[in-house]
Amino acid sequence: MSQSGPLRREAELAPLDPAGQARLKALSEELRCLVCQNQTLADSHADLAIDLRDQVHELIAAGRSDAQIRQYMVERYGDFVLYKPPVQGNTALLWGGPFALLAVGGVVWALVQRRSRVAAAAAVAATPSERGRRLLDEP
Amino acid sequence: MKALRFVLPLAVFAAIAFFLLKGLDRDPRHVPSPLIGKPAPAVAVPVLGNAAQTWSPEQMRGQVWLLNVWGSWCAACQVEHPLLNQLAARQLAPVVGLAWKDAPEASQAWLARLGNPYTLSVSDRDGRAAIDWGVYGAPETFVIDKAGIVRDKHVGALTAEVIEQRLVPLIARLKAP
Repeated sequence: MSQSGPLRREAELAPLDPAGQARLKALSEELRCLVCQNQTLADSHADLAIDLRDQVHELIAAGRSDAQIRQYMVERYGDFVLYKPPVQGNTALLWGGPFALLAVGGVVWALVQRRSRVAAAAAVAATPSERGRRLLDEP
Repeated sequence: MKALRFVLPLAVFAAIAFFLLKGLDRDPRHVPSPLIGKPAPAVAVPVLGNAAQTWSPEQMRGQVWLLNVWGSWCAACQVEHPLLNQLAARQLAPVVGLAWKDAPEASQAWLARLGNPYTLSVSDRDGRAAIDWGVYGAPETFVIDKAGIVRDKHVGALTAEVIEQRLVPLIARLKAP
């Protein structure tokens, strides 16, 4: 989404030290751009993404921790800004679902195995009399 | 056990179909605002055309009011503008207009051209206030109650339907003593 004539921030951003730059990069890669939802802040060139990246830059410069910056974004934009959703009540299905499906698959597999074992055993048990009958039937 | 062979795939199909159908009428662009039920962000914003003066949500305490985020660069804002003018004429609640990332001159020219539905206009030139409001796409409209709590948010252009079925009843309910 492009916007004509968006205004850049007038205030110059203070340059970050290498550690700060690394944190800015890491945080930008785990925060979602709200405008183009399947891109991270790092990937996106949307105006809002640039603003939010600048905001992260400023918060790092202001000495906030990564957790505080994540919290800052979640307070404003909700859990949706996080590419890795937190484990909590409303995400239980998201995180637990795959394991639940795996458990269901395991149970079905065990049932199928048991049934085919029973069937094989029955087939073996049936064999002698079958052969006997065939022998008797022969002229 | 025999019946299960038919019932189980059918149940799985029904479950998948249910979620896919549900997904059809969900808008992935709609991000639920974490601000709903929380106090409006207490950020001061310069008044449009009078940068020496600032406005902040506390000044609206005791009133039910709307915040409309727009910009003269925003096409959808132009679409909803006539509806905002009509809504303002009914004087149900004051509407504060926040011009987002817009040059004050451009905002003023727009209001002169299309009419000014706003009780008060503020200019968020660098977009900082909008970040505090969790704005991600103009236009956005917030409903704030007498105690300064954000009660609803609509993202995208207002429609007659949204105004009549959501905003007006909500304003009436919030205004009731």
